[in-house]
Amino acid sequence: MRKLLKYLKNYKKESILGPLFKLLEASFELIVPLVVAGIIDVGIYNKDMNYVLKMGGMLILLGVIGLTCSITAQYFAAKAATGFGTEVRNQLFAHLNQFSYQELDKVGTATLVTRMTSDINQVQSGVNMVLRLFLRSPFIVIGAMVMAFTVDVKSALVFVVTIPILSMIVFGIMKASMPFYKRVQQCLDRITLATRENLVGVRVIRAFNQQEREIEQFQKNSLLLLHFQKYVGRISGLLNPITYIVINLAIIALIWTGGRQVEIGRLTQGEVVALVNYMSQILVELIKLANLIVTTTKAFACANRISAIFDMTPSIVDKNTERKTDNDTDIMVQFNHVNFTYGDSVEDVLTDIDFKVKRGETIGIIGGTGSGKTSVIQLIPRFYDVKKGAVFVDGQNVTAYPQEQLRKKIGIVPQKAVLFKGTIRENLRWGKKDATDEEMMKAVSIAQAREIVEKQGLDYKIQQGGKNLSGGQRQRLTIARALVKQPEILILDDSASALDYATDARLRKAIKEETKGMTVFIVSQRASSVRYADQIIVLDDGKIVGIGSHDMLMKECKIYQEICLSQQVREEGAK
Amino acid sequence: MKQWKKHSSTLKRVFYYIGFYRFLVLLSLMLAGITVALTLYMPILTGEAVDYIVGKGRVDFVGLFTVFKRMLIVLLLTALMQWGMNILNNYVAYRVVMDIRTKAFKQLQILPISYMDSHSHGDIISRVIADIDQFADGLLMGFTQLFTGVLTILGTLLFMLHVNIQITIVVVLVTPISMLMAGYIAKKTFTMFRAQSEARGDLTELINEMVGNQKVVKAFGYEKEAQDRFQTINGRLKVSSLKATFFSSITNPATRFVNGLVYASVATVGAFSVIKGRLSVGQLTCFLSYANQYTKPFNEISGVVTELQNALACASRVFELIDEKAMPSEEGKGQLEEVRGDIKIHHVNFGYQKEQMLIQDMNLSVKKGQKIAIVGPTGCGKSTMINLLMRFYDVNSGAITIDGIDIYDVTKESLRKNFGMVLQETWLKTGTIKENIAYGCENATMEQIIEAAKSAHAHSFIKKMPQGYDTMITEDGGNLSQGQKQLLCIARVMLCQPPMLILDEATSSIDTRTELLVQQAFEKMMEGRTSFIVAHRLSTIKEADCILVMKDGKIIEKGTHDQLLEQHGFYYQLYQSQFSK
Repeated sequence: MRKLLKYLKNYKKESILGPLFKLLEASFELIVPLVVAGIIDVGIYNKDMNYVLKMGGMLILLGVIGLTCSITAQYFAAKAATGFGTEVRNQLFAHLNQFSYQELDKVGTATLVTRMTSDINQVQSGVNMVLRLFLRSPFIVIGAMVMAFTVDVKSALVFVVTIPILSMIVFGIMKASMPFYKRVQQCLDRITLATRENLVGVRVIRAFNQQEREIEQFQKNSLLLLHFQKYVGRISGLLNPITYIVINLAIIALIWTGGRQVEIGRLTQGEVVALVNYMSQILVELIKLANLIVTTTKAFACANRISAIFDMTPSIVDKNTERKTDNDTDIMVQFNHVNFTYGDSVEDVLTDIDFKVKRGETIGIIGGTGSGKTSVIQLIPRFYDVKKGAVFVDGQNVTAYPQEQLRKKIGIVPQKAVLFKGTIRENLRWGKKDATDEEMMKAVSIAQAREIVEKQGLDYKIQQGGKNLSGGQRQRLTIARALVKQPEILILDDSASALDYATDARLRKAIKEETKGMTVFIVSQRASSVRYADQIIVLDDGKIVGIGSHDMLMKECKIYQEICLSQQVREEGAK
Repeated sequence: MKQWKKHSSTLKRVFYYIGFYRFLVLLSLMLAGITVALTLYMPILTGEAVDYIVGKGRVDFVGLFTVFKRMLIVLLLTALMQWGMNILNNYVAYRVVMDIRTKAFKQLQILPISYMDSHSHGDIISRVIADIDQFADGLLMGFTQLFTGVLTILGTLLFMLHVNIQITIVVVLVTPISMLMAGYIAKKTFTMFRAQSEARGDLTELINEMVGNQKVVKAFGYEKEAQDRFQTINGRLKVSSLKATFFSSITNPATRFVNGLVYASVATVGAFSVIKGRLSVGQLTCFLSYANQYTKPFNEISGVVTELQNALACASRVFELIDEKAMPSEEGKGQLEEVRGDIKIHHVNFGYQKEQMLIQDMNLSVKKGQKIAIVGPTGCGKSTMINLLMRFYDVNSGAITIDGIDIYDVTKESLRKNFGMVLQETWLKTGTIKENIAYGCENATMEQIIEAAKSAHAHSFIKKMPQGYDTMITEDGGNLSQGQKQLLCIARVMLCQPPMLILDEATSSIDTRTELLVQQAFEKMMEGRTSFIVAHRLSTIKEADCILVMKDGKIIEKGTHDQLLEQHGFYYQLYQSQFSK
């Protein structure tokens, strides 16, 4: 929390003035019972109508001043809080943008989205509440007590006893109900999970005729939720009645001690009334304070979660300025005995990966699930750093480049075909901001997406997540997006999985013919996709078990043979 | 006006659900009435007590004691009633919410699949969870504060009238100011809140896209643009948020100010009455605390009204879901039993949209034990066949029969029982591996489960898991690889031993080497069983008894591998393209 406070520093003035004006308002509020006491003791006692009128005017004046102060305070608080929220949001977003894949894997993007949205909102309203009320409520509680002392020390002792008791009750009840609130939240989470599962798995659930059982389980969870809600209700429902008892007992005590003081002439009737009024004020403020504490604890928890994100330092930081690449080299990509692992895991995902790729070559990478295909290609744009060894692109170690320069050279088509809300044109321009229509159309036709664009036009609006396109269409557009960039290295990470064989084949052919000099990596599980690559790298369990042409591997690499066999791509297929 | 009509019809339905607990509600209302009466009686007692302490030497201690005794009884009673009321309200509100939520969930089970396919899951979830929750809060607030608020206002007025008419009139006159002001602010803030939530929505959408797909953003070096777009929307949010926060926070001071006005008027007019001898000082204090009590419910009620409006809006979203047309009841339909597995498709027409027919006049006859492969380019509508056979969607015209029985004449349950289905998108439930394999038949013994796992080649990896068959599968099966998940899905079907199978590219993401084994298992499973396979794999296709070649949602060719090759048609092209350079 403390770390986030620095984002308030541009609103220092507001954060100080806000509570200050609140205090001012509270002070005026504390005067009210005294004025009423005056009306009773002076006005009524002396039957002085003018005095009563004057005091009535005074009450209204106090109200007006209070209103002005309070509105001013609210304004400052709102300004500081929204400014704070905006600042945190901007900074957090900027911070996220520096994360490497390593950090993204660790936190998970879903979590980051929650941090950016609801967590920051909670903190923002928390700041707002704190600025408005955190000083005010205790001030009134203590102020009322102090005022009571000025009226009569003996009666004020009732306050000294009552306030701690009340506080203990209010906070005790809050504390007692807290664990149940947590249970309630857990139950609710379970119900949410069940609902989501039932939507995603609707076909399977119906195929297995499990609707009744799902309903049964849902009802069971719902009943559990109700059970805990009942508990919470029973405990938190105690708050009002008990405080009511305490306050009224205190009032009885006040009237009793007050009465005795009046009897001996130390106190007036009006003053007793004032004391009773102070007691009522305290009750109202304590309840407010309790609510405030609930909001702030929530806000604190959110703030801590946000801080935790700020505390994560990006593991890949640019140190260097633009790097001259040395174009003499013929080797475009080189892996030099690379070992790699995700995060802090002990076991290596890649072991001793070592290969060279010439400019303009097509490289196929094949292997089963979990063999490390994607890991290999993610090291080329330096999405992750290697554990041992080095990766070179265009003759330079990837760590020597600024990330932007390195990634400009590389067009990558990820496994998951992601498009963004906006027109096709806007999506394609991700690769190159000022790409012309011709450039885009060329990329589109290489990617075998011409028919989509021709039917819909470049201005066709893609919905969020590309929902209005089929999986295959999305995949082809993501390929086009990478091609618009006119990269030196193109990486297709199993990007043809949603394409049928024919389209896949045409795509590979077009890439080969239309993009001379581009180095292409094709990652696939299909032997037919990598069949005609210049070099095929066969991975198994993070190690290279074969490297060479199809014909060579068919002769020498047992695993490659097995893969081809299982997919029935035998020699005869080449006919 | 229109909105109110909608609100009132929603309200009627809410009352219907509350109606089940009418006795509890009645009891709660009674308790509320008593509580209010008692809380209103309290200031009178306090006033009486104050009147016993007039001045030096004029304090009536005996009188004080009798009043104190009454005060004690009253306050204990009040507290007890209040507690009872709180518990009742809490119970009824959450009970009603549970009923509605269960109803909504049941609705999900009887809605046609087309509804799930065409509506965002996030939206449906937020209806079942967040909206109902919001509704619960509103309902609870309504219960606890609306009743007591209204009763308090009425009660206070009655008591005040009883004691002194003049002051009461003053109080009543000031009231409309308070209401007008609250109404004005509420209206003003409503539009501001809407602007804020719009900006917030835009920002969330951007965050979802950019943060959710950070890896793509990184790959294309789009960070700066993303940040720019973010800051623009964030700036807009700042402005609207400041307005909304500020204006809504005026409500409190403003109403407090009106309270102050009421208080000041009561104090002044009351003091005059005391001077004229029409009122005692005790009664004045009583009035003053009434003045406080009287205006407070107004604030609360205006708060409750906005909260209730919000709650009703949420409720109507839930009711929308509940009102969605469910599938017709299947009463009186027969059971599909002891199926051999002869499937016939007669003149079937089908399209997801009426304007766009995908399957036109399809005819097919499949004998028991035959294998039908469905092939074709991406997006050609291969999964349509699954949707029709499983009756996830209904045909527009024509008929599908199994052993001569129309599948529309039997219950969906009995139809689906006879199909084993493995989809490309693996879906597992949060639960143990054992539970997942036994998903289709709960009563399976451990031996049967292991047997099924073994034949799906899942046994060996399950054994290696930390808790074996009792290992919990987390949400989305995060602790399993894609291939492992698929193996479990296969085991799940293996356990049921259905006479017919539907396989959707089932083995496409299993590790290439284990795939051979799985295919063997599949072949064993398919023996004697009628099977439909949506397939890319040549070996499966070659061995099929009939190949359906689909393109643009239509079946354009039909026949065995050799027949189709001879035709030199689309299939021929498709087959050749796999190996052409």
